[in-house]
Amino acid sequence: MSELPGELLYTEEHEWLRQEEDGSVTIGITDHAQAALGDLVYVELPEVGAELDAGDEMAVVESVKAASDVYAPVGGTVLEVNSDLADDPEKINSDPYGDGWIVRMQPNDLDESNTMDPDAYQELLDSLED
Amino acid sequence: MTEMLIFERSRPGRRAYAQAPAAEDTIDIPAQFLRTDRPLLPEVSELQVVRHYTRLSQQNFSIDTNFYPLGSCTMKYNPRACNALAMLPGLANRHPLGPVSQGQGFLACMYELQEMLKAVTGMRAVSLTPMAGAQGELAGVLMMRAYHTSRGDHTRTEIIVPDAAHGTNPATATMCGCVVREISTGPDGDVDMQALKAAVGPKTAGIMLTNPSTLGVFERRISEIRRIVDEAGGLLYYDGANLNAILGKVRPGDMEFDVIHMNLHKTFSTPHGGGGPGSGAVGVGKRLEPFLPIPVVGKDDGGAYRWFSEEDLPHSIGRLSGFMGNAGVLLRAYVYMRMVGKDGMRRIGEFATLNANYLQARLKAAGFEPAFPHRRASHEFIITLKTMARTLHVTAMDVAKALLDQQLHAPTTYFPLLVPECLLIEPTETETREALDRFADAMIAIAEQAKVDASKVKGAPYTMPVRRLDDVKAARNLDLAYKPGA
Repeated sequence: MSELPGELLYTEEHEWLRQEEDGSVTIGITDHAQAALGDLVYVELPEVGAELDAGDEMAVVESVKAASDVYAPVGGTVLEVNSDLADDPEKINSDPYGDGWIVRMQPNDLDESNTMDPDAYQELLDSLED
Repeated sequence: MTEMLIFERSRPGRRAYAQAPAAEDTIDIPAQFLRTDRPLLPEVSELQVVRHYTRLSQQNFSIDTNFYPLGSCTMKYNPRACNALAMLPGLANRHPLGPVSQGQGFLACMYELQEMLKAVTGMRAVSLTPMAGAQGELAGVLMMRAYHTSRGDHTRTEIIVPDAAHGTNPATATMCGCVVREISTGPDGDVDMQALKAAVGPKTAGIMLTNPSTLGVFERRISEIRRIVDEAGGLLYYDGANLNAILGKVRPGDMEFDVIHMNLHKTFSTPHGGGGPGSGAVGVGKRLEPFLPIPVVGKDDGGAYRWFSEEDLPHSIGRLSGFMGNAGVLLRAYVYMRMVGKDGMRRIGEFATLNANYLQARLKAAGFEPAFPHRRASHEFIITLKTMARTLHVTAMDVAKALLDQQLHAPTTYFPLLVPECLLIEPTETETREALDRFADAMIAIAEQAKVDASKVKGAPYTMPVRRLDDVKAARNLDLAYKPGA
């Protein structure tokens, strides 16, 4: 059973999004996603200042099994990227909701995001388990 | 035992005298072009070289030594007759720039190979020039683009690719400057028709369809897919990498596809695995015929064979290689097709499919979960070990490694990505029932072992020259160089 913090929003593509007090959002991939990918060996990050639309490819995470795109759950501007991941991509495996965050963004309009609440995401995960 | 690198056996001054060039071989080279420093080559005796490479070859896992059910790769037997005939001196010693009049035998073989591939696929014309499957795909999509451009239609830039396609399909479309529109697969393994209908439009350049798909099932609604894409003005690309399953049964040309690439090294059985050389011959229908890559082999009015090039095909997308593909691979494919003949083609498709379905049925009866239990397999099938992974923490990779200890090549693991903890198993038509049974027995024994002592399976392999590699560490700390003398 994968861990699912209640204060986050989730996407169908297994990203998570946290609203920060300053209005920015932090984005990463879920515990389920890191477990499915396996040990990560490489993370490709966007440029700070990049403008993204919701659904754009934002980053690439690569494990020994597969490379997978990470999509922007919401449109906006990249404020900060987790450059620690360049040397330590395994932080996403060990702490997907903490040290393994990927991008911090200034969202254009959070109401336009492709996200769901934890209960809905749990339902999605359950449907994948059958 | 792990074989040392040959550089580690090097000792200063040791030489293999029998291999040293005679002085007269180098005498014509002007002095300023002769190197003065010694090349960084291992200094070893001839016997050391013989032993080193013989031992390496003994550690090699190959179709010539063991069952090799590597899904998607069609690792079937490569008949020795194909090698022998392709190496005939008149073929092997022919210079590619020699006069056409002196290469009529080779050109006749290539002409007939083109004709046989046309007959097998139902396409109108064939070019043998692509050097590998990926280059065949590149040629195919470049022809699709050339077709739209020739009609002044510059808006068609999107290529539709089902998520069950080969990974090379979206890569090829991107290489050709197109935008990939991925569409999903339904739970039965067929293309999601609603997703297809939503994806087509005035920007659609075409669809790339792998059939049978990487899910090991034949796309049942192929006619409807063709109609939807055609009505939207798009072209139809048939990824023929899995042609083995349908050989002699159905033809992409009859399905009215515009272009197909074939992996001759797979379906027509030339030695492959390890990176080449290959052949990605392309076949086209009427709409794309003017754009075929050159050269192709044709006949002049007198019946002599010759190369058709820019003058004959002015709208060609051009050349993809220096000459015409990999001549040795093409010759082996030619001999293979001549040997099996028309009836043999049909039996290849039937036995490839029968073997896959037999193995799938045996594994299913033993408790393994096919990814598509209600579908008949094509030439390959998928089982998912997600239940074993969840309950016993034994993964598809663990089972794959344990198979190595049984002297069996592992199936393809973790591909396609759509199916969790999967093994993609392709036995091919050239295996006996005993070989299939031995594989099934090994799988059953490993599953039993996992229940009794999972750690035993997770520690495999035990009998290989090296134990389980730490592929995570290898990827994170790349160390590929061996510097002689360092």
